[in-house]
Amino acid sequence: MSASPDRAALTTFPGTPVPQRLHHMLGIEPLTVEQITFLLDQSKPFQEIQRHPLKKLATLRGKTVALAFFEPSTRTRISFGTAAARLGSDTMNLQAEVSSLRKGESLLDTARTLDAMKPDCIVMRHSASGAAEFVARRLEIPVINAGDGTHEHPTQALLDALTIRDRRGSLEGLNVAILGDILHSRVARSNLHLLGKFGCRFTLGGPAMWVPRELESLAPPGCSIRRVARIEQALEGADVIIVLRVQQERQHESALALAEYILLYQLTPERLRLARPEALVLHPGPMIRGLEIDPAVADGPQSCVLEQVTNGLAVRMALLFELIGSAQTESSAVAPAQAKDAADAAR
Amino acid sequence: MRVVEKSQLMSATEIDRTIQRLAHEIVEKSGGTSNLGLIGIRRRGVPLAQRIVRAMRGIDGVQVPVGTLDITLYRDDLSKVAPHPVLQSSDIPFPVDDKDLILTDDVLYTGRTVRAAMNGLFDLGRPQSIRLCVLIDRGHRELPIEASFVGRHVQTSDTEIIEVRLTEVDREERVMLVERVS
Repeated sequence: MSASPDRAALTTFPGTPVPQRLHHMLGIEPLTVEQITFLLDQSKPFQEIQRHPLKKLATLRGKTVALAFFEPSTRTRISFGTAAARLGSDTMNLQAEVSSLRKGESLLDTARTLDAMKPDCIVMRHSASGAAEFVARRLEIPVINAGDGTHEHPTQALLDALTIRDRRGSLEGLNVAILGDILHSRVARSNLHLLGKFGCRFTLGGPAMWVPRELESLAPPGCSIRRVARIEQALEGADVIIVLRVQQERQHESALALAEYILLYQLTPERLRLARPEALVLHPGPMIRGLEIDPAVADGPQSCVLEQVTNGLAVRMALLFELIGSAQTESSAVAPAQAKDAADAAR
Repeated sequence: MRVVEKSQLMSATEIDRTIQRLAHEIVEKSGGTSNLGLIGIRRRGVPLAQRIVRAMRGIDGVQVPVGTLDITLYRDDLSKVAPHPVLQSSDIPFPVDDKDLILTDDVLYTGRTVRAAMNGLFDLGRPQSIRLCVLIDRGHRELPIEASFVGRHVQTSDTEIIEVRLTEVDREERVMLVERVS
């Protein structure tokens, strides 16, 4: 390998801590604050690229990203597909509605079949909690969890964090209100893990059966989770409001009449005034206007909904670049000392 | 890997004098500064571009726009040399369309960095022209790329490394020739 100063740009700034490279993205829970901060920082250049007249890079040219969506998804699948395309990668698509899953093939057989077509990583959504990890343990290539049951949706939490950090400058110590169907929400769980690591204080507001006591045990050290029955209590003093969708497909019993939900739990302009004046309103989408959120709030100046979508592209590009963008994935398994030698040699 | 210092190629004064000369050359060869824009390649091309712009303001009183380019995403050797690449922001606060751009870097070696930088610029628009300005040209090109403005040509061997140290990045100011010993 020829060493040269003009390759120095590749290596890190002295003093900037670079955390160990990730091999998979299965959830936020096992990540460190440093790993999360690194991924958010790596997303910044990809935010710029969304503003370029020519948005397509060749960085992942020749790589293939498999999109395996065992559960219907529109926005997350399009977002990952676009992220892969803008990095110059090809994609292969598996959709539950048209796949052999319908014919009774097991998850593992489907995953192995995809793997045999030699993609460089698999982006996976599945209705069973833990499905991404199950596959990751059995395949060599990186697996990205794009939502598993009610467990985690890590890239949604990352894009939410990027959106909040851009608007507020920092994630530290914010008051976060999460409203609605928290029980069934993997978005809420990933957000609790992520923002909790930064010392945010949570207030969870929604119908009692959707805000179970067990959620309190998710709080990492130094972060508090409070459950309240009325969303007005959750909104008081909030810096960030995360509104969740009422997931009618995950509910086996009609627990609450929609009219009653609207009356008691909809985020209206009046209720929003209880929060801090500059409070941010986030929604993971798809948003049902007039159900969990009033259109005036959804379109108001505090709403970050469309920024979230754009930031989703940047975060997913940063993640794909992290997992498959450079030196073979074996390098993430080598001892840190060897990795350091490689970095020095590149200088 | 260990490196030993073989000689000093430039002192702080010599670096400054060279930058002044490069600024004069650019202004002279461009027939003024009106359509110019400088782009510093991260990392050490950035302070060099800023210093050249400052020197040009001393010459004809005009503030030439200056931007910063991180080329990591455009490299052709990511799969070979980077265990964990770190991206930095690019910041080019002016439209590159129809501009006469001067790419600026500390050392010109294989030419691959410049190739990557040009790809990055084309994603931003269509410049009228792109020229290259480097503090040191050390030879050993692997691509058909040459600099229009060169501070100093230095003959080097494969095992030698040019170390450019600039105050803004390294808290010292000099250019050294060092050699890798294994």
